[in-house]
This record gives sequence, C-alpha cells and structure tokens, in this order.
Amino acid sequence: MKQTIIQVENLYAGYHGQAIMEDLTFDIQKGEIFVILGGSGCGKSTVLKHMIGLLPPVSGRVLINGQDMVTARGKSRSRLLRQIGVAFQNSALFGSMTVLENITLPLKEYTLLPKEAVTTIARAKLGLVNLSGKGHLPPGELSGGMKKRAAIARAIALDPAIVFLDEPSAGLDPLTSAEIDLLIMDLARTLGITFVIVTHELESIFTIADTVIMLEKDTKGIIARGNPRDLKADPANDYAYQFFNRKPKRDKKP
Amino acid sequence: MTEPAALTIDQTDSALVFAFSGHLDAKGIVGVWETACKRIGKADGPALAIDLSGISYFDTAGAAFIAHLDRMAQGRNWEKTDITGLDPDSFSLLERIREKHSEPDQDTAPSGGAFRTFVENKGMFLGDFLYDAQTFIAFLGEIFWAFVSSLLHPGRIRWTETLRVAERAGANALPIVALISFIVGLVMAFQSAIPMKMFGAEIYVANLIGLAMVRELGPLMTAIVLAGRSASAFAAEIGTMKINEEIDALTVMGLEPVRFLILPRVIASTLMTPLLTIFAILVGILGGAVVVLSLGHPFVAYYNQVVGFVSWEDFVGGIIKCFVFGILIAATGCIRGYQTSQGPSAVGDAATRAVVSSIILIAVFDGIFSILYYALGV
Repeated sequence: MKQTIIQVENLYAGYHGQAIMEDLTFDIQKGEIFVILGGSGCGKSTVLKHMIGLLPPVSGRVLINGQDMVTARGKSRSRLLRQIGVAFQNSALFGSMTVLENITLPLKEYTLLPKEAVTTIARAKLGLVNLSGKGHLPPGELSGGMKKRAAIARAIALDPAIVFLDEPSAGLDPLTSAEIDLLIMDLARTLGITFVIVTHELESIFTIADTVIMLEKDTKGIIARGNPRDLKADPANDYAYQFFNRKPKRDKKP
Repeated sequence: MTEPAALTIDQTDSALVFAFSGHLDAKGIVGVWETACKRIGKADGPALAIDLSGISYFDTAGAAFIAHLDRMAQGRNWEKTDITGLDPDSFSLLERIREKHSEPDQDTAPSGGAFRTFVENKGMFLGDFLYDAQTFIAFLGEIFWAFVSSLLHPGRIRWTETLRVAERAGANALPIVALISFIVGLVMAFQSAIPMKMFGAEIYVANLIGLAMVRELGPLMTAIVLAGRSASAFAAEIGTMKINEEIDALTVMGLEPVRFLILPRVIASTLMTPLLTIFAILVGILGGAVVVLSLGHPFVAYYNQVVGFVSWEDFVGGIIKCFVFGILIAATGCIRGYQTSQGPSAVGDAATRAVVSSIILIAVFDGIFSILYYALGV
C-alpha cells in the first residue's frame, strides 16, 4: 500500500527571494528510494535544503508526515527533526570529536541508554558503513570516502524514517560506492527507511532508485520523472534520454 | 508512541531464554539493556536462546543489542545462540550487523600508573617544546634566507602586497597605538607627579616620561599592541589559506609560500613598527605634558626638560629594538599560521599561539637588549 511521507507543493526554491527552481510539486512514498537528479549547479542541493527545513522556501511548502518543517516550532519541530537524518555533501562531521563521538552524540542527546549501550550501537553503525576500528580517529584523519561513510553512519544513528543524502557517492571508488548502494537498499528494505538522495552518479541511480525526478536549469523545473530504466528507454524526453544514455547532442538545442 | 521493550527471562536446563516484546529500537531498549547484560553475566548457560516473536518493531539499534547479547554469550564459551521469531528481512539486518561487527577501537590511552603518566607528560611537553623551538628557528632561517635572496633581486618582492599589509598592520593601527601610549604617558606622569610634588620636583616628571617612553615603554607598548593586532591577523590569514589548501596550490604552482606570503608581511611589519613607535613616543610624551601643564608649568619648560635629558643614544637604542620586535611579530604570526593543523579550532589555536609566542619573545628580547645596552654603556 502506498503511503505518502513527503509532499512538496508548488515549491519555489532559491535564496533571498530569487527562485532558481519554480513550481516544483512531487510526492515521495514511504520506503522508496527517491533520487533528485540534475546537472551541476541546477539547484538540487537547494531543493534538499528546503526539504530538511534549513532554508525557508521562496514560496510553496514541504510537508513531512503532513507537517510543515518551516512553520513547526518547539516540540513538534524536534519530533519532526528526529524523523529525519541528513548526510551533507561535505560530511559536516564535528572536527572536535572523534568519529565514534560524532555518532554517539545524537544517541546520547535523545535517549537514556547506558554508556555501554550507546557505544555498542554506535559501533554497529560504524560496522554497517565499513568503518570498523576507525571510531577513535578525529574526522580530520579520515579520507574523503571514509568521511562520507561516517556521515551516513551519523545520519542513521537514530534509525530515522527518512534519510537525506547529498551526493553520497561523489568522490568514492566504485566498490565503496556500490557498498553504499547496497547499504541504502538494505536499510530501505529491512527498516522501511525512505531515502531522498541527490546525486548524478548514473550507475548508482540505475541500481537503487525507485523514482527519479530530473531538474533542469533552463526551464527551472522538473523535466522528467519516473523510473530511471523507463526514462532511459524513452527517447521522447530529449534531455533525460541524453542524460541517461550519456549521449550529448552535438547540435545546439532548438 | 514508542512502546518500550519488555523482557521475560526463563532459565531452562538447556538454555537461558530471553523473550522480548515491544519496540526494539534505541528508545525501547533503554529499560532492558542492563537487565539482559547482567543476567548473562550471572547465568550458567549452557546456551542463550532469544525469542523475538513478540516484538513489534526492530531496527539497527535493536539488532546491535541482540548482536551484543550474542557476543556476550559466545564470550562465555556457550553453545551457539538460538535466535527465533524474526522475519527474514529483520534477520538479514541482524546478520549484517553481526558480520560487520566493529571490534573496540585500539586503546589510545598510555599504559602505566599515574606517576609514569606524569613523567611521560612532562617528557612529552619538553619534547614538544624543543621540537617547536627547532622548527621555529629553522623557519626563521628560511625567512631570513628568502629575505637575503630577495634583496639581491628586489623585483621578486611583492611590493604591492607589502604596501597593502603596511597599511593594514601599520597605518590602521595608529589610533589604538596613540590611545594606549597617551594613556600610559598620562597615567605615569600623574602617578609620579603626586610624590614628586612633595619634594618640589614635579618638573622632573618630564625626565621620567621622556626617558621611559623613548627607551622602554614606547617600543614595548607598540610591540605588544601589534602582537595582539597583527600577529593574530597574520596567523589567521595564513592558517585559513593552509586549511583551504591554498598554500599547497601555491607550492605546486612553483611560488614559494615564504617569498609569496611571509616576506611581504615581515618587511611591512619590520618597517612599520619603528614608525609606529616614534609616533607612540611622541603621543606618550604629550600625555605627560598634559599633567605637567595642569600643575602650572609652561609647555616650553617641559619641552626643554625632555630634550635636554633624553639623548640621541637613548632614542636610537629604542628604535633598534623596534626593528627586531617587528621581525619577531610578523615571523611568529606567519609561522604559527603556517603550522595550522586541521579542524574547526585550528585557526583559532594558531592565532592564540601567535599572540602568546610573540609577546613572550618580545619580553625575552627586551630583556636581552637591556643587558646588552647596559654592557655597552648606552
């Protein structure tokens, strides 16, 4: 049975009242892996920032479980925030703590678990992202890929209902990237976590995505939506067809 | 709402049976974690059986908990743990957690008792200090070498950058230097005028202010203000560049960072510190004049007293110190910035270290100069 978990309604995305994406409307179903796709600099990350409530939309709204993150205050806001986990593009690990402390932080803040339990759970999450034995290191000593995985471990620390990932596999080798894909699919399947992923890694899109929407700079909107395999096979949508088949047209667009 | 997990324990001949119900997530397991762990520690075994058929929710925190219990049982050499009642998806999650189990991180704390730790700490501190001193001296040498080689090719010095630094670290510091010197001159004159007046010697306040300002306080106050103002700024600028890998970029472009970044700052600071000091001396003497005038002496008497008492040697001695202070301030700031490590507090640390180190060096070198001048009879 389909159940909508995120509704984006007539969202105008941008900074300082300047919309770079106009009138976006889409729904995300519970448990699906939803990919936001688009060329570099088209505003994917901005749309993501609106969805996680970091940036108020120019207009329109984003509802998570029927609630608007921007207008929510106090307890209902913190309850809403507990349902989401975010791994940022630059990892955003706290440099003053070790990797393990980064992951135990939300567990310590939100639960009354004994210290040993918090550490055990955090270690389990580190194991899930293949970072066993690296917990004692400061984030500064991790490689780029390891930081990314540590950020994902932190995002899933509280087993949230929705996890937002901003370019989770950018800068990773194909094997690690594939492992992260597997992890995402496992978590989605076993825990029913909904994933919203911003990426343009074609390989991983075909592996994991249930639904993609494709944003484009010129039209400031969604130019394609649906299952990536269908889009690849459908030459009717010009830009999406080029994108998925990696075949840029030589002649200028009409 | 989360329904907390509940635990029923049953000890049979063949196994210790844990039956869980409710939510096995991070919030739900709070109540059962310690009970379960303690029970395994006390029980006789010979095996652990976990029945999860009653649970209504299971996530990675729950899986980590079950895996932990299993490991505890295995750690006591019990038979294989029997886990039942999980649907295949949850079971695969549990398997994943078990297989990817992360061993405790290696212990980073040093071994040994409190005494050894104390000795180790002191030894490490000394080692760090000596290493720091060594890198500092080596770096100073590098800067000096870059300076000498630039003097041979003056075109290679970035004069525009030097002027820009001179404006920011020199000209823009005029107000704060003036304020501090004026107040120091004024307060010192005021405090000394009161006892000296008892002997009718208040005009000699001029001698005191003149000599103290020219020989010691002018150079020292200026240097300390600049240490707080410029050394920290240099450290923060260069530290930020280091973190953004801009210094690496300069290096691979073949532009030596010492010549490109540090030399303009050292030159500007070395030239500006004496100029600022001359200004500070004048303003400080003016501060003293305000007090002497208010005691009813004419300005010309104050002027004559100062000029007649302070010699050119005093003045030159004070200014020579300033060149050295200027080099120390800029070099310390740049070196500390260059040593910036990674992390959000790194730039702040670098700036702090720059200010502290340069003030210490200024104090030390001021002492050295005092002894030197005394020995030379200046």
